[in-house]
Amino acid sequence: MGTTGHTTGPLTDDGLVQLLTPAGARTSHPDYDARVAHLDADALRGLYRDMVLVRRFDTEATALQRQGELALFAQGLGQEAAQIGSGRALAAQDHVFPSYREHGVAHTRGVDLTEVLRLFRGVDHGGWDPVGHGFHLYTLVIGSHTLHATGYAMGVQRDGAVGTGDPDRDTAVVVYFGDGATSQGDVSEALVFAAVNNAPVVFFCQNNQWAISEPTTTQARVPLADRGPGFGVPSVRVDGNDVLATYAVTAEALERARSGGGPTFIEAFTYRMGAHTTSDDPTRYRSSAEEESWRQRDPIDRLRTHLEARGELSTAFVEELAAEADALGERIRTTVRGMGHPSPASMFEHVYATPHSVVEGERAWFEQYEASFADGARTGEGSHR
Amino acid sequence: MSTTTDVATPRTTETPGGVQRLTFAKAINLGLRRALEQDDKVLLMGEDIGKLGGVFRVTDGLQKDFGAHRVVDTPLAESGIIGTAIGLAMRGYRSVCEIQFDGFIFPAFDQITTQLAKMHYRSKGRITLPVVIRVPFGGGIGAVEHHSESPEALFAHTAGLRVVSPSSPVEAYTMIQQAIASPDPVLFFEPKGRYWEKGDVDLDAAPSGPLLDKARIVRAGTDVTLVAYGPTVQTALKAADTAAQEGTSIEVVDLRALSPLDTATVAESVRRTGRCVVVHEAPVLYGTGAEVAARITEECFFHLEAPVLRVGGFHAPYPVAKIEHDYLPGLDRVLDAVDRALAF
Repeated sequence: MGTTGHTTGPLTDDGLVQLLTPAGARTSHPDYDARVAHLDADALRGLYRDMVLVRRFDTEATALQRQGELALFAQGLGQEAAQIGSGRALAAQDHVFPSYREHGVAHTRGVDLTEVLRLFRGVDHGGWDPVGHGFHLYTLVIGSHTLHATGYAMGVQRDGAVGTGDPDRDTAVVVYFGDGATSQGDVSEALVFAAVNNAPVVFFCQNNQWAISEPTTTQARVPLADRGPGFGVPSVRVDGNDVLATYAVTAEALERARSGGGPTFIEAFTYRMGAHTTSDDPTRYRSSAEEESWRQRDPIDRLRTHLEARGELSTAFVEELAAEADALGERIRTTVRGMGHPSPASMFEHVYATPHSVVEGERAWFEQYEASFADGARTGEGSHR
Repeated sequence: MSTTTDVATPRTTETPGGVQRLTFAKAINLGLRRALEQDDKVLLMGEDIGKLGGVFRVTDGLQKDFGAHRVVDTPLAESGIIGTAIGLAMRGYRSVCEIQFDGFIFPAFDQITTQLAKMHYRSKGRITLPVVIRVPFGGGIGAVEHHSESPEALFAHTAGLRVVSPSSPVEAYTMIQQAIASPDPVLFFEPKGRYWEKGDVDLDAAPSGPLLDKARIVRAGTDVTLVAYGPTVQTALKAADTAAQEGTSIEVVDLRALSPLDTATVAESVRRTGRCVVVHEAPVLYGTGAEVAARITEECFFHLEAPVLRVGGFHAPYPVAKIEHDYLPGLDRVLDAVDRALAF
């Protein structure tokens, strides 16, 4: 073993782009100040509102799982700045390939967050229209979708929607994945394809430091952003709990992609403040001291402190936002409980786009079998006679 | 490095027409050429398919005529080929991916079975992925290991994929065009041992005839139904010729598709003959023959004069080339199974 520790390993703070300190003070960065210069107080309050609402969604969904209304939930707690900052930098025509924790990005793409919960309740695999929102379905097999994003970006190139200078036409693709995913072969293959094709795709890696129970040190000996240059993909490390910095580096990468400058690897250094999912128990593998140290870097507190110090967070705004969050919570609870039950025969729908005789035969048999209980005699499993 | 891909499509020389005597490989080549000409969204992707024309020359000359942005030499990464083809399909492109050899498909297994197969289903029909995966498969060419395998059942077992295998040049020419037109993903298994065999192909015929989900009786008979697909159809026809000299009338059914399996055509035949033998190069354990046997037994139980028999590969890795013909189901093993079925 070498002697590499946190100062040079994958958990180092070195080289992180930061525009807001954990204490909420605006710091200057020569390369990125201009990227946020147009964000006025209204815009900053908008980012704050996004993060507060997404966190409320997180809280409600977790509670619904505890009440048995959801089978599972994957919290985004602590990653709001990484997701809102990057998501708000996107243009309407851009396309996003999320992993499964990108509820904040979903929100920025206009996806009603209750649609995300259909997946976790088990009524479908994601209720939103992936094409209409430019936000594809969640991908649960880690890293697979980095290739889909790259292929999509190769299609964007073939459509001539890169480098035209038309801000409504030039299109970028963003793929979200985590620290654990960087070990997957598909992610390396995606970087190869993106690099040699100069594809307009942004690799947005949220290093939240934990792949379920495995720390980032299990995946790498060096900062994850170092993965990019070996493939010929420029990379940048950003403080993922700083919504301004995340916005700025994403905006830069998107502009590079849209203008024909090719792919970028962004490592957003953040922290998964909650469990991996509601089935996980982080007390088995990490310390409360570590969790506490990251609570001091809470992304929402950071922006709130900043706005308060500038006198730009009025009581009226805060109260209005609290009421909006309460209403969202109420709507989430009502919507989830009213999601209904999918029809058993729906399992045969959309297996193929065109008729498939085996599926049709099995469906016909199943429906006839179900219909044979139409008199209500079937009361439960094992009551078939 | 260019920042955008050149979108201009160089026009091809006129595709040859009329009835021509072509090798299996050339028939596929001309089917691909026709698809490329008819739809700008059709792309070919694979390793060495450009200047080299593929290791079997199936894509010979296509990059020269259609450009490197449509006939794409990819990095050596099978998962990457299929994964990017999925993304391209989401953007409206129809990729025909070449997996260089059967044994090289497994790095792409997740992308094919977990991603490609399920996307239409999980998106509730909002996303279609018209991706064709061409796989030269099967043995008999004296190759080194991993170059002679028959993994088709692994894909037929996966809902969401269509799995087909042509058995002749004319079928190959037609079926590759039908596969490209299909909105569903298609695994297209090409019997590489037959690439150099010739047949007459009407190049002007529109891709009609039986669709990708229909079996076909390729030789009528009365005593035994011999079921085959891909490379073993020719073996089955030879067996029928030989058996005819001994007074046995064999009906040969070419399955053409493994998913969906056209049980109806096979069952109709077996109800007439009362006997059924299935032959494929893939191992018989959990193979296509097992599925055919189970379904025919269910549907034709009272018509059967003998159990459905299977002839195929053994439950061993594909052997070294010097003994591969002892592994493959050749003429003698097929006739032996026919005799056993008749002796019941």
